[in-house]
Amino acid sequence: MYFKYLFNGANWHFDKPGSIPNLILQHLGYTGVSVLIAMAIALPLGAYIGHTNKGAFLAINIANAGRALPTFGLVTLLVTLIGLGTLPVVIALVVLSIPPILANTYAGLRAVEPGAVDAARGMGMRPTRVLLGVEVPMAMPLIMAGLRSAVLQVVATATIAAYVGGGGIGRLLIDGLSIGDYSRVVAGAVVVAVLAIVLEVLMTLLERAIVSPGVSGRFSVGGRNGAEAVGPDPSDLLGERSTHTAERLPAAHQDANT
Amino acid sequence: MFTYIQNNYQTILDALIQHIWLAIVPILISIIIALPLGYLAVRYGWLYQVFNALFGILYSIPSLALFVLLPSLLGVQILSPINIIVALTIYTLALLVRSVADALRSVDETVLQAATAVGYTRGRRFLEVELPIAVPVMLAGLRVATVSNISLVSVGAIIGTGGLGFLFTRGFQLFYAPPIIIGIILSVMLAIIFDVIIVLIQRQLTPWARVAR
Repeated sequence: MYFKYLFNGANWHFDKPGSIPNLILQHLGYTGVSVLIAMAIALPLGAYIGHTNKGAFLAINIANAGRALPTFGLVTLLVTLIGLGTLPVVIALVVLSIPPILANTYAGLRAVEPGAVDAARGMGMRPTRVLLGVEVPMAMPLIMAGLRSAVLQVVATATIAAYVGGGGIGRLLIDGLSIGDYSRVVAGAVVVAVLAIVLEVLMTLLERAIVSPGVSGRFSVGGRNGAEAVGPDPSDLLGERSTHTAERLPAAHQDANT
Repeated sequence: MFTYIQNNYQTILDALIQHIWLAIVPILISIIIALPLGYLAVRYGWLYQVFNALFGILYSIPSLALFVLLPSLLGVQILSPINIIVALTIYTLALLVRSVADALRSVDETVLQAATAVGYTRGRRFLEVELPIAVPVMLAGLRVATVSNISLVSVGAIIGTGGLGFLFTRGFQLFYAPPIIIGIILSVMLAIIFDVIIVLIQRQLTPWARVAR
């Protein structure tokens, strides 16, 4: 009974404006645009702060500050100030996705083995080459964790953005609540939950693909599961990493949901 | 904005109190559940992966989706605060179980062996050696969970039970910014206060960390 809307074939037609596939695409659109803009801002900034260690205060605390900001409040505030439409929603989503990416990029670059950087310099690599060729690849696990966090955050907040007139799957939830059509609400909730899980899985696969096997420890002797380990000594760094990331940066896999 | 505060003082206060209550109860429940689960996850290694997978999936579900799905699963009204509390407990558990498990794993093996050698039984060793050492990492996870919860409670306003989120919805409906700004400021202040409280608790529980070098 509750699944009426979800299983109704008419709602899955691509051509109908309010149909589920269209809403999914809108939702993905919001997510993609916001995360890409946030990446464009936060990745270089985080890399710079991590590499030179200037402005570390900002990078460490921005994750906590970003988490403390109520996402719903930010979205409603921007819409009230700017007006209805896509722009305030995208701005809010960008602002919300910058902290995890920035903080994780910074932490990732700080966690790079100084020995490796030293060896790279000793080999004669220029600073840019050291940054791009050595530090960033070694920081990849944490950077990818930050990206996953950001994507999750944005998918969840984009759902809420429907409250202020945005599109996306939240539309089903909000409209369903307003008109009392609970099956529509369930449809929206199930679709967005599945979407979030699928995106998580995709990003985990992406992480597997991008992170070099040497860094993830997949090929080290007696190493742990690839996604856990960082660096050449998995068991040692696992303990160190959980304290490191958990204390200085409790963001890696644990960032805010919305 | 200040006239708004003067005129609606009671509403704001009610919203704030409801918000605090809705944020704290899930945390307390989660702590009670997460400690045994985290211990089990360390004791039986395969359980760690199972919990990670399970809680990872639950954590991915957007909050609003969980808020609206739970009533039909639990059989409560959508307006009931139980809804929000159970959903937030799930999210907090997802963070805390992993945090507790990681914290317990990070305790140095040699310390555990020394404790056993000195004569600690398993249970006492857990309470008097492992837990105290693991406390900083656990409280770090708790800080994240608390701050996230405070932000998540306001989302509940969309389905009617939202603490400070009520100020957000009202501001949006009136297209009037001051309630929203007040709500954001109070929410951030709550987050900071709770964060500081947990840091103070941490300093109390780990006196050895404060010893001057």
